[in-house]
Amino acid sequence: MKDTHTLEAVGLTAGYDNKTILQNVNLSIPANKISIIIGANGCGKSTLLKTMSRLMKPTSGQALLDGKSIHTMPPKKLARVLGLLPQSPIVPEGITVADLVGRGRFPHQTLLKGWSKQDYEAVAEALDMMNIAEFADRSIDELSGGQRQRVWIAMALAQQTDILFLDEPTTYLDITYQIEILDLLMELNEKHGTTIVMVLHDINLSARYAHHLFAVKNGQLVAEGAPSDIVNEQLIEDIFSLKCRVMNDPVSNTPLILPIGKFHQ
Amino acid sequence: MNNTMLHIQQSRQKRKRRYIAITSLLACIALLLCGTMLMLGNTIYPVRDVVRVLLGHDVDGANFAIGTIRLPRMLAGAFAGFAFGVGGYVFQTMLRNPLANPNVIGITAGSSAAAVFCIVVLQASNTVISIASVVGGLATVLIIYVLAKGASFSIGRLILIGIGIQAMLNAFISYLMLLANTHDIPTALRWLSGSLNGMKLESTYPLIIAVIIMTPLLLYFSKRLSMLELGEQAATSLGVDTNRTRIVLIVGAVIILALATATTGPIAFVAFLAGPIAQRLVGSDFSNVLPAGLIGIILVLAADLIGQFAFSVRYPVGVITGIIGAPYLIYLLIRINRKGDL
Repeated sequence: MKDTHTLEAVGLTAGYDNKTILQNVNLSIPANKISIIIGANGCGKSTLLKTMSRLMKPTSGQALLDGKSIHTMPPKKLARVLGLLPQSPIVPEGITVADLVGRGRFPHQTLLKGWSKQDYEAVAEALDMMNIAEFADRSIDELSGGQRQRVWIAMALAQQTDILFLDEPTTYLDITYQIEILDLLMELNEKHGTTIVMVLHDINLSARYAHHLFAVKNGQLVAEGAPSDIVNEQLIEDIFSLKCRVMNDPVSNTPLILPIGKFHQ
Repeated sequence: MNNTMLHIQQSRQKRKRRYIAITSLLACIALLLCGTMLMLGNTIYPVRDVVRVLLGHDVDGANFAIGTIRLPRMLAGAFAGFAFGVGGYVFQTMLRNPLANPNVIGITAGSSAAAVFCIVVLQASNTVISIASVVGGLATVLIIYVLAKGASFSIGRLILIGIGIQAMLNAFISYLMLLANTHDIPTALRWLSGSLNGMKLESTYPLIIAVIIMTPLLLYFSKRLSMLELGEQAATSLGVDTNRTRIVLIVGAVIILALATATTGPIAFVAFLAGPIAQRLVGSDFSNVLPAGLIGIILVLAADLIGQFAFSVRYPVGVITGIIGAPYLIYLLIRINRKGDL
């Protein structure tokens, strides 16, 4: 089981240039659970994820891991606890799957040594978990979008962090792959107790897979809690300006929203 | 130990063996070319004489030809080739685009312009020329970077701005040549496309010292460079201090590139070709700093041997590497245009 850490945002404010996107956010990420951040485009959910995972510096406030600011911790030390899968990582030409996944071991390696036994173990485990061991020797350019996404997640898994952030891990994937990726993340959470925090666009899938939801609007946290406690017609109208009907998802017993548009009342 | 682990361990070790074998082979070819550079010339000396001259013995007539003419030429070519190969690879990998190399985006032209300015206008000493070429190279990087930054940074824009800057710098070099009344074409060619003619031993020292100091540093940072290749965000989340890494890599690479340029002129396209050739040969699983450097040596020395001996007229090395490199540039532009990357 993974270690339990506290990860909190305290008065977190962030933005680009002069534009403030995230305003005074206070929250605490539940340890060993799956948390999903939902909200409309441009509401600041991605900025929240980036600031909490030290990709962006806050203009004021702090992101605290076990009480210490993540933005002043030694980067390699932090990378052993907190990992992030960016929205669009870049594939170097001609690299094999195993070696790309192996790059996730960087924070555990000393600079002059080759791979240790632990490195091989972690990479093998990540490949097995993502069901991509058969592609280990292939060049990553040969893989499909869904397979590639599994490779990137495997890289993040090989990093063996207690906390894993993912920025829209299912974007551009068809529904089969979306479910597959989310199932794998759920399995990771159940097997290892990894704390997972991700941004997702699909509210229904978010309600299914999240233990805890964070609803963001105009850079502020407007609601948080278990999906069945907070997802209702009012909240969806609030954060998306969209009318909807909420019913019980007969498959997963979680809230299911049915959007109401101009032509379907 | 499960099957997957056994499998990846075996195949990674296989890839590593292949990497080491090819790198060693490249090193052998580079050494062979170094030897050939010393043996060939108006008089061909056997290996035995070359070795004896290098060990400080007197060999009739060979001391001057080998020790004073060929050795400086070989050392300048080998070290400059290595510097161009390594520097080019660092920039291409860091910016994730083979077009983003010191030859195309004007870094070597910046060093060259600074060196020519010091020679022609200031009539400065070798030390001043070395320092100026480093400053010229770094200033060019800074200018390109600031201009490319604008509202949102893009590597495509950086490359286009670099190409523009390079054209301006080459025009400036040509202007300085006119100013100096240098009507001899070899000198002009050296500063525009590189040449090893008339090399003196003492003028190779700054380059040799810089390469010996900077190579271990760049090798040490090459693992971080591989992380940087995955993009800014992925590298950060893997625990790389991206800004510091970039600064170290840029300064280290520019120092060796600039001193190579101050010694031989910006030998055309070597910094451009070495990285992609290395990748083709050994893949991208391991750091290609050394293979790229070795290919740089091979390109420069082979091109110089061809330029000296293959034709009835002697051509400077940059003319030959230019003939090889230009078609590759066009090929790359067409391919990238098709992918819509720029």
